[in-house]
Amino acid sequence: MTVQELPGAAAYRPTPPPAWKPLTDPAPLLPDPEPFRVLGTDAAADADPELLLRLYAELVRGRRYNAQATALTKQGRLAVYPSSTGQEACEIAAALVLEDRDWLFPSYRDTLAAVARGLDPVEALTLLRGDRHTGYDPREHRIAPLCTPLATQLPHAVGLAHAARLKGDDVVALAMVGDGGTSEGDFHEALNFAAVWRAPVVFLVQNNGFAISVPLAKQTAAPSLAHKAVGYGMPGRLVDGNDAAAMHQVLSEAVARARRGEGPTLVEAVTYRMDAHTNADDATRYRGDSEVETWRAHDPIVLLERELTGRGLLDEDGMTAVREEAERMAEGLREQMNADPVLDPMDLFSHVYEEQTGQLREQADQLRVELDAEHGPHDGHGAEGVR
Amino acid sequence: MSTAAATAGERTGRVKPATMAQALGRALRDSMAEDPTVHVLGEDVGTLGGVFRVTDGLAKEFGDERCTDTPLAEAGILGAAVGMAMYGLRPVVEMQFDAFAYPAFEQLVSHVAKMRNRTGGAMPLPITVRVPYGGGIGGVEHHSDSSEAYYMATPGLHVVMPATVDDAYGLLRESIASDDPVVFLEPKRLYWSKADWSPDAPALVEPIGRAVVRRPGRSATLITYGPSLPVCLEAAEAATAEGWDLEVVDLRSLVPFDDETVAASVRRTGRAVVVHESSGFGGPGGEIAARVTERCFHHLEAPVLRVAGFDIPYPPPMQERHHLPGVDRVLDAVARLQWEAES
Repeated sequence: MTVQELPGAAAYRPTPPPAWKPLTDPAPLLPDPEPFRVLGTDAAADADPELLLRLYAELVRGRRYNAQATALTKQGRLAVYPSSTGQEACEIAAALVLEDRDWLFPSYRDTLAAVARGLDPVEALTLLRGDRHTGYDPREHRIAPLCTPLATQLPHAVGLAHAARLKGDDVVALAMVGDGGTSEGDFHEALNFAAVWRAPVVFLVQNNGFAISVPLAKQTAAPSLAHKAVGYGMPGRLVDGNDAAAMHQVLSEAVARARRGEGPTLVEAVTYRMDAHTNADDATRYRGDSEVETWRAHDPIVLLERELTGRGLLDEDGMTAVREEAERMAEGLREQMNADPVLDPMDLFSHVYEEQTGQLREQADQLRVELDAEHGPHDGHGAEGVR
Repeated sequence: MSTAAATAGERTGRVKPATMAQALGRALRDSMAEDPTVHVLGEDVGTLGGVFRVTDGLAKEFGDERCTDTPLAEAGILGAAVGMAMYGLRPVVEMQFDAFAYPAFEQLVSHVAKMRNRTGGAMPLPITVRVPYGGGIGGVEHHSDSSEAYYMATPGLHVVMPATVDDAYGLLRESIASDDPVVFLEPKRLYWSKADWSPDAPALVEPIGRAVVRRPGRSATLITYGPSLPVCLEAAEAATAEGWDLEVVDLRSLVPFDDETVAASVRRTGRAVVVHESSGFGGPGGEIAARVTERCFHHLEAPVLRVAGFDIPYPPPMQERHHLPGVDRVLDAVARLQWEAES
């Protein structure tokens, strides 16, 4: 018997596969062909001067914070610092577009975003000083712990936003990741879950050109990282990550969209990591000075300063005032970080489980004996400096 | 005792045979009814009721938002559960099979296990990860792993394994109620084991972390858990013919580990064999043997022996009976406990 002889065969006309239908129209999801910009374009005239001045002050403070934190590594006051110098527009915009009730999910390079949101810099830097993994209560500040395993915080942002939405709370989660992080499986899974659940999440990819030493061309063959959004059925936005006004506008729109219940957005901010990966890295092994110089001309502070001074919104006195304020912040940070953190070794056993297991009680006893031998009887509250 | 005992509902106390799968399902149901923050999520847990039907009826009773069919991505499921727990929910995650839980390993080790610690106690994660585990059901490749050694080696996790219908209910209720993350290992081949059980007045157990003597005896102690408990009880019965009166200890959890109950038993009997399905090398038995030896050395008449799965990748189902510790292998180990000194 051939297929022609099957019942109904004569009447059947081939069609698309019966179960197939387009799930989503891809056209509105596609990113612009070029990164969205405001500064240096006609749109700049419409930008709110007050917002621009606020962004400027925050950028200058942010740059000074990065410089101070890097200096603290040289003085041995920080174990390591992954600088966001050059990326301040991304960090500041991410912090400023969120309401107090919203949540920020930073990676290890995003302490500046946490500080710009109002977190005490010392609390933000405990991870990198090495005295505490997380120096703040995440729920108090709505800032998730700084996340080191790449992209693994993204599904957390999705789950949190999903839970808030189920509860009927008006809460948006903004999660930060780098270009290298987009290659991780958790990036894929988080974006997929967010889109399926229409979770109120904004994914901000800071494409700073390098994953430590590996350039973007070795990371992806996609037209852009923003294009990846289309595969998940969410819009992708491509934006100039050094244009603070553009960053603020695009992230604000994505947050508003999430708040309206329209689901997640992937934002790719094209920027550049001006410093090495961390103070322990040597960037001269994988990139040339000329590349760095072309980005120096496109510096986020320079771009904004040109706009503000050109429009007469900022003069030399205004700039000095902003710099002086940033300098005071740096002085305060330096002073606070010059104090030795107070640590109690017995805390090692405090927060492994709600109640210590028998094993941990035995091990705590052992450590107590060792400490007593070292310092005299341990009073249970006593502490020691780390240096 | 605990919160679970207070669950309302008509308690008629009628007793009828129930399977472990049914008791687990009932535990989920009662937890969800009692606490609106309990959410179940996983692959096929909603409409289908789970591939082992443990979540059968939950989506119908509580809605898709409380019992959610997720995309097929274990790291995503557990990662999302972390975020849900951060926002105050109490997620219960189902991993479809032992070996399919591995994609979620990074979330489990780097976040679930550590979040309480890395936030100085500010943000514990009350997540229960249910994992159908172990062999003996004729499963093809990647469906029969005993993965408890990986989990017990990760500080911050509790590792709980029920072996009876009563414990399946009680331990799962306790695990969900715990503010610590729990890896809850469900022995697949006991899913259909039956016991008389009262679904309306389920027996509850003590807080997780307490082992129990399932069969008192004087000659030697069999230390076991999960799918190997029935094997050990059968071996103990068979051993009476040889004149051995074996005590059987069911650990019920590897973390916390109940040193007290185990050591007390071995001090009484003077001999011990650890029995589990997981591979012996680097497996739980090594840790248990060491702990017993450290605590009971002067009471021991013989070295602590281990009967475990071979140190091989889990074999094809037609060969699995040679791999799994059975009654004969347990009795053989008991025979090697240096009884010569007794005669």
